Amino acid sequence: MQAYLPYALCMVLLAIGIYGMVAKKNVIKIIIGLAITEYAINMFLLLLGWRSGKNPVAPILARGQKDFLVNTVDPLPQALVLTSIVVGLSVLALAVALAVRIYQKYGTFDITEIRKLKG
Amino acid sequence: MKQPGMSLIVKTVTRLITGFIMIFGLYLVIYGHITPGGGFSGGVVISLALILTLLAFGKEFIDAHALIGDNGMEAVDVFGAFAFLVIALLGYFAGAFFSNRIIGHGEPFHLFSGGIIPFCNLAIGLKVGACLFGVLVALAVFHTQRRHDPSEPREEG
Amino acid sequence: MQDVTVMLYSLIGFMIIGSIVAIETRDLLSSVICVGAVGFALSVINLLLGAPDLALTLVVVEVLTLVVLIRAIRTRRDTYHATSRDTLAIGVVVAGLCFVFTVAYFLLDKLPAFGKPLMLMSEPYLRSGLESNSAVNYVTSILLDFRAYDTLGEATVIFTAIVGAYAVLRKVGRKREAAGNESDR
Repeated sequence: MQAYLPYALCMVLLAIGIYGMVAKKNVIKIIIGLAITEYAINMFLLLLGWRSGKNPVAPILARGQKDFLVNTVDPLPQALVLTSIVVGLSVLALAVALAVRIYQKYGTFDITEIRKLKG
Repeated sequence: MKQPGMSLIVKTVTRLITGFIMIFGLYLVIYGHITPGGGFSGGVVISLALILTLLAFGKEFIDAHALIGDNGMEAVDVFGAFAFLVIALLGYFAGAFFSNRIIGHGEPFHLFSGGIIPFCNLAIGLKVGACLFGVLVALAVFHTQRRHDPSEPREEG
Repeated sequence: MQDVTVMLYSLIGFMIIGSIVAIETRDLLSSVICVGAVGFALSVINLLLGAPDLALTLVVVEVLTLVVLIRAIRTRRDTYHATSRDTLAIGVVVAGLCFVFTVAYFLLDKLPAFGKPLMLMSEPYLRSGLESNSAVNYVTSILLDFRAYDTLGEATVIFTAIVGAYAVLRKVGRKREAAGNESDR
């Protein structure tokens, strides 16, 4: 169980993010739930690559380093998470643009009010 | 009507610091295959230098310089994406797309090594930096346009 | 860097508490700042787990997220009043989440244990990285040499999202404004 506890905590964070996206009525809270879900997923992918041992090193070679292949952390999840972070930022910018447009048209951030008003 | 942008202290500090932030972003992009960094981190740092100028001096200062105005940033964005595609297609002449044999790779730990990786980093750094700055300029224009626009119907309450 | 578990668990606990505060509080500015704090804690976790370029990227992306979010909530002029809580919907959501994550909990032992990664795909990349392209940073060489198509797809996704944001923030209805102004006179 000790070996799987970080994954379980990641799932707790994911559950909090999804709850924020589904059960909240303010558009900004929904966007914040989206951001927290992204953090949870990126952290989960990164935790898969950790190699504990005597001397774990980052996957960047330094001059005169011995035993690189035995000690290094997995570089593949890091490459995937790097693209995922910047894509998440662009999607957040798009969501904020939509939220600003909603506020300009309806005057409120509340999604129940938006359903009632006719544009 | 008060001065656009922020106070005098912020403007003075911005003038001193923006060059250093831009150089740090370029360092992250160019040395991306030797030290931690790469195209994405360097691109975001470059866009942060431009965003600092936008926040401190206001939108009118950005409009007065055509290179970093709205149309200039879209052109740089498209140029970066297109350059990345051209680098990918150049591998056609060497057998496979994204090939590493068109430019010889040198020794490790040198600046001019790594095949096409530095050029790809430059293209991506330009692209990411320009497009993130362009989105914030669009958001700023939207706010100033909304304040002067009385004909949009506003719901009460 | 050897014993990373104590700091890791305390930082993850900080992230969980920060995200609960960010979602439940009423003031929008406080929740945005809490999200920023959660992102910075994630960046420190990245540094502990041996991913320095990820930590760099996450710090600057967090700053940019804060700037964009604060510019979004700057337009609010009315105060945030509490709307009616839909208790049935919240109960259903919480029950569904508990069910899904209880099922997932029993599948946790199929994952590799924390600390012993399954480096099936990374062994060939690490062994042949230096002679395929002499890049010392293996993360960059995976991103831009071995898996360059993914980077191309990601550049396309960023471009599309930004063009979508431009399209949403366009000035619309100029002819309708001009017609409305003329009919008013």
